[in-house]
Amino acid sequence: MVNIIWAVMAIIGIVYAAATGRMEAVNKAVFESANDAVALCIGLVSVLVFWLGMMRVAEEAGLLRGLARLFRPLIVRLFPDVPADHPAIGYILSNITANLFGLGNAATPMGIKAMKELKKLSGSDTASRSMITFMAMNTAGLTLIPTTVIAIRMKYDSAAPTEIVGTTLCATVVSLVGALLLDRLFYNLDRKKAKK
Amino acid sequence: MALITGVSIWMIPLFICIILIAATWRKVPAYEAFVTGGKEGAQMALSLLPFLVGMIVSISILRSSGALDAAVGLIAPLLSFVGMPSEVLPLALIRPISGTAALGMTTELIHNYGPDSFIGRLAATMQGATDTTLYILTVYFGAVGIKRMKYALKVGLLADLIGIIASIIIVTWAFG
Repeated sequence: MVNIIWAVMAIIGIVYAAATGRMEAVNKAVFESANDAVALCIGLVSVLVFWLGMMRVAEEAGLLRGLARLFRPLIVRLFPDVPADHPAIGYILSNITANLFGLGNAATPMGIKAMKELKKLSGSDTASRSMITFMAMNTAGLTLIPTTVIAIRMKYDSAAPTEIVGTTLCATVVSLVGALLLDRLFYNLDRKKAKK
Repeated sequence: MALITGVSIWMIPLFICIILIAATWRKVPAYEAFVTGGKEGAQMALSLLPFLVGMIVSISILRSSGALDAAVGLIAPLLSFVGMPSEVLPLALIRPISGTAALGMTTELIHNYGPDSFIGRLAATMQGATDTTLYILTVYFGAVGIKRMKYALKVGLLADLIGIIASIIIVTWAFG
């Protein structure tokens, strides 16, 4: 999918430029934008190094574990099909807290372990209700601090690079709540259909 | 409005302070942990490089040829009806499909319109508000061999739509 989108964007651009006589601008854009992209990446290094460093400190200081304990009652309620003391709950909590802190690399292995445990519970190759709820939480992209976006805003001389933290948090919470409600809705629809 | 922008400014310094107090309190080697984590950050930035170069070049070709503006001009009346600047439509469409492609587009929008413009802020919020649904479902379901996703994709994509609509409303409200 991405392969096609990527190629088609460039192809349409070049064909359109040929038709409208803007090839010179396109030619210039190719080299300038490649240059921009590299400069951006170097700009990202500073923020990513600092932030992932801080997050590592938070992890070793036990802040992630503490947060996981805090969320536990909520998570147990969101996954009624999983016993409260099942290891899946622990992995789900680790995945969600790591995501909150923007630790994508730590979140993914935890999430896959959670899925494996959930599969043991359902024992089928069809997605279970708990799996879909877990995926709904993940695709909503709950993050406390959108590090990369802040870095990009810094790179382009924003007057207040972090001012979008609040708006992002609001939007991401709305989409998380939406995802969980939709999950419930479709689960109920699915069950009704199965009964018929 | 003042609350949201205030939270934004205070949140990060407070967060850093809490982390460092907790680490010192628990006698964790904070500096060593920082360096280990930082190395990972450096690798991450480097591994993003080819993705960003590829996507940003492709989008720049589309934009500099005038094709993107022409397409945006065509759908602009429709979108302005709901208060969405048409410039961010390509980003909204690609966000659930590819994280790096979306990051490239966000960058390009911020670069083109300025980070403190309405479009720049909206793009930044949209980028952070949702995650790459298609990628996440592929990775997680793929890793454990789930063949039928049932309604998972529907839930993910509709939640993305909610996230995008929420971004527009919140950014309009907070920054007007």
